[in-house]
Amino acid sequence: MDLLYDTLFNGLAIGSVLVLAALGLAVVFGLMGVINMAHGELMMLGAYTTFVVQNIFKAVLPEALFPIYILVSIPLAFLVSGLAGLLLEKTVIRRLYGRPLETLLATWGVSLILQQFVRSVSSAFAIGLVLAVAGGILIPRFTPKAWWQQRWTPLLGTGSWIVSGGIGIGIASALGNQRALDQPWFSARNIDVTAPTWLRGSIDVGAVNMPAARLFIIALTVIALLAVSWFLQKSVWGMRIRAVTQNRPMSDCLGIPTEKVDALTFLIGSGLAGVAGVAVTLLGSVGPNLGGNYIVDCFMVVVLGGVGKLAGTVLAALGIGVLSYIVGSGSLLLVWPAMPAGLNDLITFFATTSMAKVLVFALIVVFLQIRPAGLFPQKGRMVEA
Amino acid sequence: MADWFASRQLRRWLPWVLIVAAALVLPALLPPFRLNLLGRFLSLGIVALGIDLIWGYTGMLSLGQGIFFALGGYALGMYLQLDSLEPGQLPEFFSLYGVKSLPAFWQPFNSPLFTFFAIWVIPALVAGVLGYLVFRNRIKGVYFSILTQAALLVFFNFFNGQQKLINGTNGLKTDTAVIFGQLVGSDGMQRVLFWITVLLTIGAFLLCRWLTAGRFGDALIAIRDDEPRLRFTGYNPTAYKTVVFAVAGALAGISGALYTVQSGIVSPQYMAVPFSIEMVIWVAVGGRGTLIGAVLGAVLINYAKSLVSEALPETWLFIQGGLFLLVVTALPDGLVGWWRSGGPARLIALVAPPPKLSTYPDLDLNPAVKAEQQQLEGPSGGDLS
Repeated sequence: MDLLYDTLFNGLAIGSVLVLAALGLAVVFGLMGVINMAHGELMMLGAYTTFVVQNIFKAVLPEALFPIYILVSIPLAFLVSGLAGLLLEKTVIRRLYGRPLETLLATWGVSLILQQFVRSVSSAFAIGLVLAVAGGILIPRFTPKAWWQQRWTPLLGTGSWIVSGGIGIGIASALGNQRALDQPWFSARNIDVTAPTWLRGSIDVGAVNMPAARLFIIALTVIALLAVSWFLQKSVWGMRIRAVTQNRPMSDCLGIPTEKVDALTFLIGSGLAGVAGVAVTLLGSVGPNLGGNYIVDCFMVVVLGGVGKLAGTVLAALGIGVLSYIVGSGSLLLVWPAMPAGLNDLITFFATTSMAKVLVFALIVVFLQIRPAGLFPQKGRMVEA
Repeated sequence: MADWFASRQLRRWLPWVLIVAAALVLPALLPPFRLNLLGRFLSLGIVALGIDLIWGYTGMLSLGQGIFFALGGYALGMYLQLDSLEPGQLPEFFSLYGVKSLPAFWQPFNSPLFTFFAIWVIPALVAGVLGYLVFRNRIKGVYFSILTQAALLVFFNFFNGQQKLINGTNGLKTDTAVIFGQLVGSDGMQRVLFWITVLLTIGAFLLCRWLTAGRFGDALIAIRDDEPRLRFTGYNPTAYKTVVFAVAGALAGISGALYTVQSGIVSPQYMAVPFSIEMVIWVAVGGRGTLIGAVLGAVLINYAKSLVSEALPETWLFIQGGLFLLVVTALPDGLVGWWRSGGPARLIALVAPPPKLSTYPDLDLNPAVKAEQQQLEGPSGGDLS
């Protein structure tokens, strides 16, 4: 019995991180049909926000306030990742509407840039970047009116970005000689977030040992789920989002501002990734490659759950979590010690985290043979459905 | 000048002339190290051709070509491991993990004939089975991409975790193996391998052109542009998709084998998630839907990568990420597509003196008139039909 609870709790703990990470992805994918490959990097931004908040609390604020830094960093991480996502939507994804595969590649490019940005950002780098962006936006504003009616006008925008980019790089490398400015903010190394004391202990329920951090993540997941489902079901904008998810052209005809809905959805989805990033910092040290560890799992959750309902996402994530834990820990052997030798070997063969992933993914592919559109498919009469 | 760029002959023949000249001249000019790099990149061109078939022509974006690439590499790697042994000996790494006898699936790789077929038949079979299971259920678009990525991760975890079977994360070394009395890693052998690569690349190119030129190619393009319509016309897209996916798998296998012998090792890193996505960007930059573009893209991007990584390793990810964004937003047809659609002529027309018109007055070319016309027709300009 204890084994059952233990398995359930650990599976739930793995699954709840997955729910949190995949929730935002599922909302965006359901609405826009866009797979955001940079979702993992938005999680990473959330994790780094937590790290920065922690350091600010340590350095500036009185020690008595330190335990609550994690609570402060949740809304901040939501904001940072959400705004980054909004920027991504406004600049890149909006141009690629209706071309999901191109969107996938573009967001992958963004994820590469974000990874390297976190590794190599220093004060000099940041100043250069700000100058380059400001130049790229401002230079065309200060050019003579006559330039805008020439045949080479299309080159003007590109040219001003090249010029300002060059200026930015030049200034960054000139400032880079100053030792203080050249210091990378985070560098490529992993960062550690110290959990406050109230998250470090564990609670024993029966014979099951529940680490407080895991419980905190489960609670955070539940709150996030409730908030998202309340928003989608009860608020006006939630209703609009659901309408656009079901039928975009018809919603557009009925006067729903679909562009605003897209932007809002992306903001929320990315913000949720940031919250997931906060949760991940409690599980161990995090680095620039954080996203890669979660992104494929999140995709599997979305594919398995289907885009119709949040319940699909939750069920898929918890299912994957529990199954991975059962297979990966080989706990079936404990339940049934007298199992035939062949089966025993098979279970031992898959009893590592990475081999468990092999089996679980294979099972998902088999499952999709039976239910190609996932657990909760969106019902419709489209040819493509 | 513009006429010269626009002439059909030039557009058709110039890429060919460049490639043949490069293949003939470079071995004499380049030091062995650079020649080896070029050979490797050309072999990557073969996997890019396969991706062009399934993505550029059929519209299926596979993020899992690394599976077939690595399978081909492993097939040849296993043969080379066994080939240079005395009878009764085992490859060295087996003793590290206490394996006493050769695992059964290694046995056939004693035969060069079996290996010759295994390099392309095994990847083709795996691709065919995987593809059939997915296509049968009409899983496509983003779902297909995600599933191939998940499959890639499954294979990666499997090969990475199985030390006792295939040396796990260390991979198989091939450059110390002896074939035809010569060390595989030696300069002479590498030059021969370069020529083999050139020949096979041209062969693969001709195969792809033959496939895409006839009715089969028409069916592929029909699948890309409107699959339901093709189905309603009485064709079975599943068969076409399975076949073309298997062909792409076989090409990836050949490419992987060539790449392995020229880089001296095959390891699970060939199945890393980022590498398979990189392959897609080679095709995108070169020009999807144009076969020559796939090869050119693979060689150009990889050469740029090796040059940049030698000089400024930190900037490569920025450049690569920027390439993803640029090619998707500004150059959707890639370099070759841009060239063929008269891109250079358009670029020159932006700065060159205006073409002389025989008609009077040259109203259509007057910038002021153009601007007014645009104002009247709205920003999309003439999209009112």
